[in-house]
Amino acid sequence: MTESDILTKVKARFGARVLAEYSFRGQSAVTVAPETLRELLVFLRDDVEIALDWLMDVGGVDYLGYPDDDDREWRFEVAYQLYSMKLNHRFRVKVGVRDDSVEVPSVWDLWAIANWEEREVYDMFGIRFAGHPNLRRILCHDEFVGHALRKDYPINKRQKLSQPSEIILCEKVEWA
Amino acid sequence: MNDGTHVQPIPTELLTINVGPAHPATHGTLRLQLQLDGETIVNAGAEIGYLHRGYEKQCENTFYQLVIPYAERLNYMGPVNNSNAWCHALEQFLGVDVPARAQALRVITSEMGRIIDHAVCMGTNLVDLGALTNFWYMYNYREKIYDLYEELTGARMMVNYPRIGGVSMDAPDGWFESLLKVVDEMAEAVGEVRALIQKNRIFIDRTVGVGVITKELAVSHSVTGPCLRAAGIPYDVRKAQPYWGYENYQFDVPTAQNGDTYDRFMVRFAEMEQSVRIIKQAVAKIAPGPIMVEDHLVALPPKDKVYNTMEGLINHFKLIMHGIRPPKGELYSATEGGCGELGFYIVSDGSPSAWRVRIRPPCFANYSLFPKIITGGMVADAVAALGSINVIAGELDR
Amino acid sequence: MGLESNLSQPFLATRLDEVINWGRKYSMWPMPFGTACCAIEFMGVVSGRFDVSRFGAELVRFSPRQADLLLVMGTITQKQAPVLKQIYDQMPNPKWVVSMGACASSGGFYDNYSVVQGIDEIIPVDVYVAGCPPRPENVLGAIVKIMEKISTEKAAEWR
Repeated sequence: MTESDILTKVKARFGARVLAEYSFRGQSAVTVAPETLRELLVFLRDDVEIALDWLMDVGGVDYLGYPDDDDREWRFEVAYQLYSMKLNHRFRVKVGVRDDSVEVPSVWDLWAIANWEEREVYDMFGIRFAGHPNLRRILCHDEFVGHALRKDYPINKRQKLSQPSEIILCEKVEWA
Repeated sequence: MNDGTHVQPIPTELLTINVGPAHPATHGTLRLQLQLDGETIVNAGAEIGYLHRGYEKQCENTFYQLVIPYAERLNYMGPVNNSNAWCHALEQFLGVDVPARAQALRVITSEMGRIIDHAVCMGTNLVDLGALTNFWYMYNYREKIYDLYEELTGARMMVNYPRIGGVSMDAPDGWFESLLKVVDEMAEAVGEVRALIQKNRIFIDRTVGVGVITKELAVSHSVTGPCLRAAGIPYDVRKAQPYWGYENYQFDVPTAQNGDTYDRFMVRFAEMEQSVRIIKQAVAKIAPGPIMVEDHLVALPPKDKVYNTMEGLINHFKLIMHGIRPPKGELYSATEGGCGELGFYIVSDGSPSAWRVRIRPPCFANYSLFPKIITGGMVADAVAALGSINVIAGELDR
Repeated sequence: MGLESNLSQPFLATRLDEVINWGRKYSMWPMPFGTACCAIEFMGVVSGRFDVSRFGAELVRFSPRQADLLLVMGTITQKQAPVLKQIYDQMPNPKWVVSMGACASSGGFYDNYSVVQGIDEIIPVDVYVAGCPPRPENVLGAIVKIMEKISTEKAAEWR
């Protein structure tokens, strides 16, 4: 299946819940609201003709100041790159997050890689994930104030760390 | 009862130790905390970010073609693979086709990078296990490949070789002959190291059944690269979604069954041999031709045009000062790096610097399952497993 | 050592200095604090082609309490900075520091929120080695410079 076929199927199934669609150089993507995310990912994984069973990457984007053609209602997007090992095709699902008061449902129980990936999105953008067992900073140090990849964080603003963190263990190793 | 036959159990408690960032086995920048019951690990936690250099923010503040040196310092064991991948992502964005000779040179330099990546990974892993000799053998081989890079580009490690639209320098006379001689010597070097360890009792005891990555764990954590192929899933981006002419080369994707440390070693040895096979085919098929695309919006004009014609001068000026402008949009581009699938998710706003670059590091996914695969084992097993996953902090923390 | 403060004759004191410095400079025990790409070039320094053991410094000690030459190789980030300070404090006197590479000397080309712009913000440095990464010959030149520095030292200074 090509990516535009997957896009057609998703639009047929989800109708008005698809907030935006995108196609470029043979790749396709849909944007949905946070409430629809889990249902869409499970549908894409379980449908026999689509079978997108690998979550390759989760990344956040901050669109503050982006030269848009039309008004964008959300400031952040979280992009999920999916891949199908059986059928060898890719797809992208994006979630539109209005600001950092909106929580995105976590998918760490579907794919364990999402545990660390969502921690990184939280560290860099400040987007919280509902249901995540261990939402802590992962790349910046614990005393960092602010979120580094936001467009209003100046690149040269350095923050020193006074001492390393003490305990990094979790109660269960699956949450680590 | 206190008649001497019944002994009270000694109260024990769990010991939490820190395998801190400055430790020989953690390659400088990984931190683990282990909770031990005697020598067995019952709980583990990993902390990363000690080499977070702010790549993604830096890419937003510089031009697309200036990201090439930054990209090389991601996976610093095989640097050219990353910058080749970045240029590939931009070429997909712009919709330009790289000429055939440049594609073959990219394949050759990337496979050389993969060979040296696996060589050092295995060498340092064996040092962690106590076998120092193999490190010298593998490193001697790496120095020979460095000599080839130096002849081609002028630098040993961070070569800054590809450009958007092709490569920067053509191979000098006699370079391909020296390359073929060096890859023939590689068979000898790899054969020596493999013969030393493959049937060695101590090596087998320390690596078989240690740090097992099962298929389910690999799928759930999106593991790619040699770690995935050692678990039994033959996924390689060069075969699944080929680029740079990989569909024209004959090579196998070696796999193994059990997914333990021993299998990861054997898969890496086999991959080095397959890389040699690809290099030989690429050298046999390479034909003279241009090494940069002819598009004036992407490629710098030749120097005689820059100095002698007005159009050449203005073209050069605009490309250097105002940069390359891809169309507005977003793209995800994936290639096979030394550790697995290296992906770039680029969002462009039509300006010469990227709006957002998200680097999908293969080591991030491979390392996220590390606390799970070492619980239940001993501390020495954790050290053996850590080296075999080939965690490169430059890529992990970006 | 208390001997040199009791010696009234400068002739004996300088002979003693020479002997002590000769011993120190030809048997330095480096502590490789390697974080990034420069550490890979250091592995090249230690390997067979650019042999560092001809200078007596091949016995790398990974514990700072047993080392006297701290080689900082690679980028030091804000998260790693307290660790570097602690490692430096754990080293006993006499100790010397080599900052290898552009990232350790000045932050390299990472002028952003997470990189320390030079380790001399944290610890005193004796020799800076330029390069990204520096060639192994540059690193050996840095070790030779440290040896020249040691030969001009007085043993009483380290008390």
